[in-house]
This record gives sequence, structure tokens and C-alpha cells, in this order.
Amino acid sequence: MSDLLELKNITKIYSRGLLSRVSTTALNNVSLKLESEQPTIMTVAGESGSGKTTLAMLLLGFVTPTSGQILYKGKDIQSLRGEERMMFRREVQAVFQDPFAVFNPFYTVDHLLTVPIKRFRLAKSKSEARDIMYDSLSAVGLRPGDVLGRFPHQLSGGQRQRINVARALVLRPKLLVADEPVSMVDASLRANILDTLRGLQKDYGVSIIYITHDLTTAYHIANSIIVLYRGNVMEAGSVDGVIKEPQHPYTRLLIDSIPWPDINRKWGETAIKVRESDISDHGLGCRFASRCPNVMDKCKQSPPLFRLSDHQAASCFLYDQKPSIEPEKLSELLPV
Amino acid sequence: MTPVLQVKNLQVSYYTDAGRARALDGVNLTLEAGEKLGLVGESGSGKSTMALAMMRMIKPPGRIEGGQVIVDGTDLINVSEDDMLKARLSKIAYIPQGAMNSLNPVIRIGAQMMDAIKAHQDQSTSEWISTAEMEKRCKQALESVDLNSTVFKMYAHELSGGMKQRVCIAISILLRPNVIIADEPTSALDVVTQRQVMETIDRVQEQIGAAVILIGHDMGLMAQFVDKVAVMYAGRLMELSTVREMFTDPKHPYAQALINSLPNLENKGVFNGIPGMAPALLQLPGGCAFHPRCVKAMEICTTLRPEPVTLSTGQILECHLYSENA
Repeated sequence: MSDLLELKNITKIYSRGLLSRVSTTALNNVSLKLESEQPTIMTVAGESGSGKTTLAMLLLGFVTPTSGQILYKGKDIQSLRGEERMMFRREVQAVFQDPFAVFNPFYTVDHLLTVPIKRFRLAKSKSEARDIMYDSLSAVGLRPGDVLGRFPHQLSGGQRQRINVARALVLRPKLLVADEPVSMVDASLRANILDTLRGLQKDYGVSIIYITHDLTTAYHIANSIIVLYRGNVMEAGSVDGVIKEPQHPYTRLLIDSIPWPDINRKWGETAIKVRESDISDHGLGCRFASRCPNVMDKCKQSPPLFRLSDHQAASCFLYDQKPSIEPEKLSELLPV
Repeated sequence: MTPVLQVKNLQVSYYTDAGRARALDGVNLTLEAGEKLGLVGESGSGKSTMALAMMRMIKPPGRIEGGQVIVDGTDLINVSEDDMLKARLSKIAYIPQGAMNSLNPVIRIGAQMMDAIKAHQDQSTSEWISTAEMEKRCKQALESVDLNSTVFKMYAHELSGGMKQRVCIAISILLRPNVIIADEPTSALDVVTQRQVMETIDRVQEQIGAAVILIGHDMGLMAQFVDKVAVMYAGRLMELSTVREMFTDPKHPYAQALINSLPNLENKGVFNGIPGMAPALLQLPGGCAFHPRCVKAMEICTTLRPEPVTLSTGQILECHLYSENA
């Protein structure tokens, strides 16, 4: 089976200028793999500063990794040229967080949707172009008559975000990178957009990388999840395993801090040890050590990933009696 | 017990070129001391307008057109501008939505806090507070929100988002107000920081015994934090219930749809969005504003607007389904 996308030991370090020694490791040795045969939804979760947006930027080819390789259909995306590069640009699409900021206010929705059709020569005639537009709009649950010919300011946030998805869909993508697509949309509309995304995966065979800090929505649409903290993979596996039975102390803290809309489930049993602001970013050990309630001497070293079950792994010395796995092998644990 | 806050028939309109938009159309609310109320609704439902109207901070083209906001016996809508200045922070305080943007970047945190106290100094009375005393109070306020007193000498850019939000909380409690309005205080924060901030608000409001109005659309946060939930739609209050009733037995069809649309751990992969869109305030549908999206809409809903009804359980509803229960 061929791989649609493969990240091989990706590290991204942002350094501040030539002379400064201060640098930030945004991602540290992350590997993952998506197969082209089985479309899946993978969640990348984490707080701000966890490196999740850096990951999106790397996947889309907007920034280059400091070390490691990103392969799309077996080829390094940095070396793609000409035809292949156009293909990559077409097949890998993005939906960003803010539906209010990504539109050019001077153009109507039609313009937004016809530009990619023209640019990639997807239609032979005007009527074919219109059919493509109509199809992708109805795929995201919008009536073409309601939105075509309108300007962005005449549309609600939910409509705009669905038009973003429709725009991506026009290009028949293989992979959709969705960076916090619902965080700025009203709760009642979130469900509609998430449903649209899941429909894309099921009916159109699009793989989706869903980047979020919201574990509730991740649980509902994704098959697998990777939890990042300060650029390191803390825990990964199936969403059911990781969210219902989190093993890593960080994942536990994260899940315990979600305000569940359930009055019988009390919020925040675990105490929060240290405030975010009191943490220094240096040292070699586990990134979470200074906030961890279970911290041990060993944690001064960097913990490898330990395999907890068929579909779950955590990077924590609490589980050092379990077999450790190489970061490259992590994607084998993730269900599709 | 006399209520600490009474909002009676509050009406706010925005006058635009396209016409008059009724952002608040006769809202009534009552809050006891120490009570926590959640105000939820879609964007454009009027929840932020409600907060601004209570603070009398509505700017043109918006206008408060009627009603009363009675805090601690004084109707804030009818007092003079000078008295309103005094009432802000000392009677009613506001924690704004984006804490990142509400602090002055070129003035130290401490100076901004002392400004708040100075603005409420009254030279005619004997209660003159010295600068040293002010500084002490500010540092106490910072400590009560879990911030180090060294923050007093810092600038806003030296603090993280959660810390800035906590500075805003510290300022809001400086003068021990009767009512604190928090407008989406955590919507820009991560879950862990959000929990810390909400725990802080919870603790300080208990200390000073203030009533809190929490505005937001995160129902999860409401379930964990408030005592009562008010659901707004198109400038009207659709349902007011205790948090338990709201989550276990919502009465209004809109509240039911809202609760149904929430994801939880049991119904994995089930999405129940609310069909249709929030109405444009300039062209509100006749009758009940929710009727085009309502699954239980009846003939009468398209023509007659329902009036608020109080059920025997204490729930307040604006819906024709319950009109005869009055």
C-alpha cells in the first residue's frame, strides 16, 4: 500500500536571529503517516505553543523543516517542481481558523470558487464550471442560490466556513488540513461543519488532519489522535482510548480541564500544579515535568514512547515497564 | 432577600442606514447576591449588548431606549453621567472579552489599577486613601487572583493571556462591586488556563459576595460554573432556568435544540445542529423570532409574539407552548 503523506522525524526549530542563542523547538522528532487507500480523520491536539499550527504549516509546505522529510506520495514536498508541484497544491487543501479574515471583501463567493477552477483548468466550459461549483456547495450543505453572488459580509460565520470547505472541495483534494475550523463558530453551527467534514471523509474519500485544542469535537469526528505538548508527542492512539482512558499525566490534565456540558460530571479533579508562566523551556528532560504531579528523577531525561496497547502509546516514564517503540513506528498504532 | 440586580424591560436599538435593529427587546432579569447567571445565545442574539447596556457603555448608533437596571437600589439608567462613572467598578464591574487588548501597553499594571481607585476618590468625604494604602490594596487584589505582587510593576506584554485576564479580574474586584459581568472571559484561552481563570472568578466572587453574569456560548462552561442559565435569541430572553433544569429538562424548543447540539461522550459521532440561521435583526420574522427554525412551530407563532410566562417550577419562558400554563 502506498502512503499519501509521510512525515519522517520532523523537527522544526525557530531561532531568533543570527547571533541569538535562544531558539524555540516548535516540533521535536515527529513522525506520522497517512495511507492513500483508507481515508481517515486524524486529530492533532494541544494547547497554544504545542506546535500544532507549525505542523499544519509544514504539511502545506509553507515552512521548511529544520530536519527530517515530508513525503507526499513518496516524494519530498520541498523538491516538487512543475507539474508535480501543481498536483500537490491541488490535492492538499487547507481550511483555516478565522472565517472572517480569509475572505477578500471585494469579491463575491462566485469569484472565490471560480478562481481555482480556472487556475487548475478543471472545467472545459462555463456550464461545467458551474456544475462543479453547485456540487461542492451542496456537498457542504449550502443551497447555491443562497450564497452565490453574495459578498462575504452578507454571510454568517458558519456559511463562510462552509464556503471555505467547498472551495477546497472544488479541487477534489486528497488531504484537507483543517486548523481549528470550528473554534470561531457558534456552538450550534459547529455540529453542522463537523458533520460536513466527516461527510467529506466518508463520501469523497478525503483524508483530514484536524488540528484543534478542543478534545470534545476531536472525539466526535476523528479516528486517531496525537496529543502534542511543547513540540513533543505526549500520547497518541485511537480517540476512544486516549480520550476515555488517558494515560499520560498531561492528557489527563487536559481532559480533566474540559468543561463537559454535563452537570453530573464535575470539572477539574486534578490540581493544576504550576502555572504556565512559571515554566522554563530549557533542559533535556520531559517537557511536562515541571507541571507533572507524578514527576520522578528519571524525568530529567527525555522519555521515549511506550506502547500501552494495540492502539495507544504514551511518552512517559510511568510506563517504562512497557515495550518502547521508535517514533517512526507510531503511525502503525493509529487506527484508520 | 432583596435582589442585588434587577433588569426591567431593557430595550436597546441600533440605528443604521438600513433601519432600526432592536438588539434588546424588553429583557427582564433578577439576581440575588452571590448568584451566578449564565447568559447564552448565538452571535447577534444580544448578549454582549446586554452587558454594555447594563454598564451604560452603548455607543452611537446604539441607544438605550427604555427600561431600568437597578443595582443595590439605584437605577443606573437614570443617574447622571458623573454618578455612572462612580458606579462603574464600585457597583457594577465588567471583565471584557479580549483581555489581551484591554490593558494599556505603555502603562504599568499597578498604575492602571491605582487609576481605578483614584477615579473613585471623593475629596469631600473623609475616606481619603493614601497612595501607599492604594498600592497595598492593589497588591492584595493581585494576590487574590493568584498573581505574584511583582506583577504590579510589570507591563502587559510581560504577561501571558491567562495572567492578563486575571489582572482584569483583579481590577474588577478592587472596589468590591455588587455585580460582576464577565463577557466571554476565557474564549481566547486554552482549556487548562480557562479552568484556572474560572476557578479564580469563582473564588473571588465568593469572597466579596458579588453576583456574577457570565456571558458566552460554551454550554460546557455554563454547566460547570453557573447556577442559572438564561437563553437569549434575537434580543429576547427565551428561557431562564436553573442549570440543572436547563441541562436535564429544557422547556423552550430553542433551548432543547441548543442542549441537543452539544457533543458528549455517550453519543459519539451524532451531530444535531440547529437548522437554519440566526435571524438578521433588521428583518426579524413576525411573531416569535424563532418560529422559522422551530420544530414545534404552530399557527399562532407566526403572528403573535409570546409574552414571558413563569412556570410553577420557577422557570421563565417565552413560548406559546406554555402560554396557557400561566
